[in-house]
Amino acid sequence: MNNSDDNEPPKPFDEMLEPDGTVRMAYAQYGEWLDGTSKETLLRKDEQADMMFRRLGITFTVYGDAESTERMIPFDIIPRILDPNEWDYLSRGAIQRVDAINAFLDDVYHDQAILKAGRIPPELVLNNDAFRPEMLDLDLPRRIYGHIAGVDLVRTGPRDFYVLEDNVRTPSGVSYMLENRQTMMRLFPELFATNHVAPVGRYPTELRNNLKSVAPVGVDDPTIVLLTPGRFNSAYFEHAFLATEMGVRLVEGQDLFVDEGLVFMRTTEGPKRVDVIYRRIDDDFIDPLAFQPHSMLGVPGLLSVVRRGRVTLANAIGSGVADDKAMYVYVPEMIRFYLGEEPILQNVPTYSLRNPDDYKYVIEHLEELVVKEVHGSGGYGMLVGPKSTKAEREAYALRLKAEPEAFIAQPTLSLSTCPTWVEEGVAPRHVDLRPFVLSGRRTTVMPGGLTRVALKEGSLVVNSSQGGGTKDTWVLER
Amino acid sequence: MTGMLSRTADNLYWLGRYVERAENAARLIDGTYHLSLLPITPEEHGELWRRLFQSNEELELFQSKHPDFDGDSVVNHMVLDPENPSSIVSCMDAARDNTRAARAELTTEISQCMNQTWMDIRAINMDKIHERGIQDFLDLIKERAHLFQGVIYGTMRRGEPFLFWEMGTALERAENTSRLILARSNSFHRAHRRDDGFDFYRWGTFLRSANAYSAYRQIYGDIDPVSVAEMLILNTTIPRSLLACIEDTTDILKTLRREAQCAEMSERLAAEVRSMRLDQVLRSGLENFLHDFRNQVHALSDQIRVDFMMVR
Repeated sequence: MNNSDDNEPPKPFDEMLEPDGTVRMAYAQYGEWLDGTSKETLLRKDEQADMMFRRLGITFTVYGDAESTERMIPFDIIPRILDPNEWDYLSRGAIQRVDAINAFLDDVYHDQAILKAGRIPPELVLNNDAFRPEMLDLDLPRRIYGHIAGVDLVRTGPRDFYVLEDNVRTPSGVSYMLENRQTMMRLFPELFATNHVAPVGRYPTELRNNLKSVAPVGVDDPTIVLLTPGRFNSAYFEHAFLATEMGVRLVEGQDLFVDEGLVFMRTTEGPKRVDVIYRRIDDDFIDPLAFQPHSMLGVPGLLSVVRRGRVTLANAIGSGVADDKAMYVYVPEMIRFYLGEEPILQNVPTYSLRNPDDYKYVIEHLEELVVKEVHGSGGYGMLVGPKSTKAEREAYALRLKAEPEAFIAQPTLSLSTCPTWVEEGVAPRHVDLRPFVLSGRRTTVMPGGLTRVALKEGSLVVNSSQGGGTKDTWVLER
Repeated sequence: MTGMLSRTADNLYWLGRYVERAENAARLIDGTYHLSLLPITPEEHGELWRRLFQSNEELELFQSKHPDFDGDSVVNHMVLDPENPSSIVSCMDAARDNTRAARAELTTEISQCMNQTWMDIRAINMDKIHERGIQDFLDLIKERAHLFQGVIYGTMRRGEPFLFWEMGTALERAENTSRLILARSNSFHRAHRRDDGFDFYRWGTFLRSANAYSAYRQIYGDIDPVSVAEMLILNTTIPRSLLACIEDTTDILKTLRREAQCAEMSERLAAEVRSMRLDQVLRSGLENFLHDFRNQVHALSDQIRVDFMMVR
């Protein structure tokens, strides 16, 4: 037997265990509990959790799957735990990013100072599909565009957090943060008595207050609604859940109409004015008069009311220009430009294939890189180099050659792992983290978030559409 | 009342209707199945199943797929066929769909109850259902419909959403009871009785189909067709009598909006039923009365849509 350690890839950072097997601070109490808990107990709890989610009807839709379009996102019963110091650092970093992004959006729809200063190539913004000239010179309440943001983070070491993506269009997943917590509290009440876990349950109230704080000028007691594409949308459960929790009406496009420069909803008592719309419909579909003319989901004339300042949309139309994968590269620059600060969280080094040098490098190193579509989301259409076959890489290279500007590439990060309940027992699986940032009177982030976990051994793809699951995320209080 | 979303009101109204419809169908088929086990001629047998179809469209849909009126074909069609929009599984699908659409107005317990029922129905192997007997399935539907209605009564705020659900349930009952009586309308005035117990059994089954058997025995005792008609049409202590359903609807509409046109219509219809002379109606033909009643109920549901759903 020869020593083959040199050929083994280094073990990824584990959220619970140090390389020498000692338990990290965040997991000190939990680890002890886990040690003293039998496999049978965990198995039973796992079954209970599954039944609870099924009965709640928490499903999401998988597109392009005719057989079973309704599925459940698997829930893992082992929490992802962050200690107070880790969270302090993370939350400051997430808030900083979202503040910079809101300042950037206000700027590009007004003076465009950052473009004039040459800090971002103007064509990247102005020719971007998500840039909406219709929003130019419009003053939004509190100058906020991305009222709700989800910042996707991965971790590679104790203090090494990288931002993968800033979601400021219609980020989803917050209902899992809330339902996962409720499920955990029912399954393991004893754990919450000993661990001081920061509560996340007031999110709906905060969101509602936030939306209230950005109502159109002169509206003191605004009527808020949540606009959903309907019950066939993949995130419908979340829409209904949030509407109930916030105590606002869940509306579809057909329930709203524009008349005399205002938005109304159809009620049993006749038309009722609507002031703030938390919309979960993309820009393209929100107003058939302004954007996609054949959209049945939106509200004809909505943009004209937005332009008159008589209704607030959260998030604002045109926010997507800031979370484009091509724009991602420039977020650290935004932080420096608008806030005069250095970024707290790091970007993943990113190759833009529109750049000839980058293109050449990526083609030569496909096997080591993750390649993504600039406009893609949900983990669809990406290439994970180290996990791909030669044939897959060759096919992908043809797509890159045909349309290089549509792709970016990043080194394959060694995502941290977290103990996870799988068939064989407890085993490490790769995770990411999406904290939710709310902007209104002030910018806040809920102490927690959505932890997604790749349930397949060794897999780095955490998206629910690709077989990922979720975990409850605990932030310990001091 | 502050005014709820018209579409959601519509969803809740239909939720009430579909759950009630599924349960009514289960009771009706159950009763017919029991009668079919009695010693009767093949003609009577066919007639028994044929009577379950109450409109020509329904009959045509069935005949386009099945040559005979045998029990299994009718049960398949009315209970299990997803292509028949009024089969029990279709009603439960529609009920679940409306539950999802109105989810934000319902309590978690209500959503859970519907999901559990829907999952249980899905888990049944429909190909093998005849082996175990359709009885179990019909019992499941009846039981879950009662459970679902109970959960709504027990957990939901008595606001507008509740009232629209309750109204859908009441109007569906009115329609079902009138259909039930209509299917038997010519046996009421003949008032002839066999002494072999068959008639007793038949009327007993009929009353059970309207969930009114034990009530009837308590109030009237011996079975007599005229009393059966009187109870199912006029007795307001019977939750599925025509008058009780229309009075319930009137109360709900008045609570929703006293001055709505449909409230007035409903009140008029209730007054009409209340003042009917049963002996006269039985002489001149129950059928005319029931057809007229059904037309008025349809007109009433249309007016409800106009008054509350912002129909364009």
